[in-house]
Amino acid sequence: MAEALVIGKIGIDGAGTKPLPSDTTLERLNKNIVMENISRVYNIKHGRKNERFTAIENFNLEVRDGEFLSIVGPSGCGKSTLLDLLAGLSQPDTGSIFIDGKRVTGPALNRGFVMQGYALYPWRTVIKNIQFGLELQKMKKKERNRVALEYLGLVGLSGFENRYPYELSGGMKQRVAIARALAYDPKVLLMDEPFAAVDAQTRELLQEELLRIWEKTHKTVIFITHSIEEAVFLGQRVAVMTSSPGSIKEIIDVDLLVPRRSGDAKESLHFNRMVHKVWNLLHNYSGKEDKSLRHESAWGCRNIEKIG
Amino acid sequence: MTAKLKSLYTKSIAVVLFFVLWDSLARFGLVDTFLLPTVTSMAEAAWEMMKTGELFIHIALSLKRTGLGFLVAICVSVPLGILMGWFQKLEEYLDPLLQIFRNTSVLALFPVFILVFGLGEVSKSAIVFWGCMWPSLLNTISGVKGVDPLLIKSARSMGISVPILFQKVILPAALPEIMTGIRLSAGVAVIILVAAEMLGATRGLGYFIFYAQQKYAIPDMYAGIVTISILGVLINFLLVKLENHIAAWKRYQV
Ligand SMILES: Nc1ncnc2c1ncn2[C@@H]1O[C@H](COP(=O)(O)OP(=O)(O)O)[C@@H](O)[C@H]1O
Ligand SMILES: [Mg+2]
Repeated sequence: MAEALVIGKIGIDGAGTKPLPSDTTLERLNKNIVMENISRVYNIKHGRKNERFTAIENFNLEVRDGEFLSIVGPSGCGKSTLLDLLAGLSQPDTGSIFIDGKRVTGPALNRGFVMQGYALYPWRTVIKNIQFGLELQKMKKKERNRVALEYLGLVGLSGFENRYPYELSGGMKQRVAIARALAYDPKVLLMDEPFAAVDAQTRELLQEELLRIWEKTHKTVIFITHSIEEAVFLGQRVAVMTSSPGSIKEIIDVDLLVPRRSGDAKESLHFNRMVHKVWNLLHNYSGKEDKSLRHESAWGCRNIEKIG
Repeated sequence: MTAKLKSLYTKSIAVVLFFVLWDSLARFGLVDTFLLPTVTSMAEAAWEMMKTGELFIHIALSLKRTGLGFLVAICVSVPLGILMGWFQKLEEYLDPLLQIFRNTSVLALFPVFILVFGLGEVSKSAIVFWGCMWPSLLNTISGVKGVDPLLIKSARSMGISVPILFQKVILPAALPEIMTGIRLSAGVAVIILVAAEMLGATRGLGYFIFYAQQKYAIPDMYAGIVTISILGVLINFLLVKLENHIAAWKRYQV
């Protein structure tokens, strides 16, 4: 049921909504996330000299409520910088970010952040890790326990509540990190290459789990990844970024007709076309070649060939 | 069970051999028993002093002086270390001074302490305080500076306030290293106190050892020395236990 709804939504958007008129507050309200003309400049100190480095420039993005958006881009193009801005951990030098029509001025519990490095508190058990945000909300202990157990179940780790992070595999740690970010019920889930450190099999499993969780929780997900295949498989749309200074190069609608969660999705011709399209977009950009993408590109081509 | 016995054997064999060697050197006349009494005569001397309670009076007084200086030092150095670890600028300014203090022999400063605080109890606790400050301060600073930035970032992304960040992230993360510093300070405390008690005291283990040597009560002197060793080892043992308990998670980190 949830799947059908989601696919329906993509279908409508895929058919092509009209470009939005002027950016009134009302328009912003219809979007979960609006980023307008964002730039972010880092000050880099070279001894005495101060150098300014523009990581993101002229960045515009709108994300619908409940949407799953993947972002790919050459490494160093400012993807993590972008997530930090969305999380409110740093402020843009120009432009503004709106979430549900309200300007982002700092971090808050309406956004959940999942990082590549898990960032679990090693002195806390699994359940206490999940409760971290709930403690900040000053939720009562009993209620905290109930909620944490619920999310532990959601990520498929029931029974592991009293383990310490060092007693978990990488995949399990990432599940805990996801549960921790979901437990305080944020509207938006920000994920920065969350599956980059786990092995291929675990990664596929986690991808499917994430889709299941997304369908169940209706969160807006911003998912950054190095893997084009992953981006296409997970995202309703895939945003491709230009290399530094990063901005949106193109956004592709991934209207997969096959329900994603069935493993068949990745076998379909359409899926592979999408992968190829994203790969082309990334590859064509500038002469600078990005090592980390070379591997992915080979993968994409092989698949296309296999089908062709 | 056998594993336990084996571990006990591994841990005690060198100590036992040391005392056997010591005892035989004295017993078979290889060393003058005036310089090195047999282990048994030393034990007898210790037993006598325990019966009269004399030994315990010295131990109690020494522990009181060390404890006072040590505790005050921890109460100052840990909060100060947290501040210095967090505010990098503060550390940049204070570090050179800290290096000077830390590298100036505490005992060289003792005359100054006597000059300021007199020969009484205050100067002894004060010198212990001074010596205890540096290991725990330095370890606290490095513990706070070394907190995984990812953990801080993750907490900040949830909109945590700075006081809560300290309570829930910085302190627990730095605690193992803070505990190591505290343990090192405790070790320093005992060493300094004994030296301080040798200079101008009328009671305490340091005084007792010095005084026993003055009146050629050599077995008594050795009994005092061994008592200090035992105390030092015991304090360290307890603090290591506490450290392991607090930092259980740390031992498994790569
Ligand atoms: N704190 C920082 N100070 C200076 N430069 C930074 C900082 N963080 C990132 N950068 C630079 O900004 C660019 C974008 O970084 P990042 O957002 O981490 O890229 P990505 O996540 O896409 O790989 C890189 O060139 C990086 O070197
Ligand atoms: Mg990154």
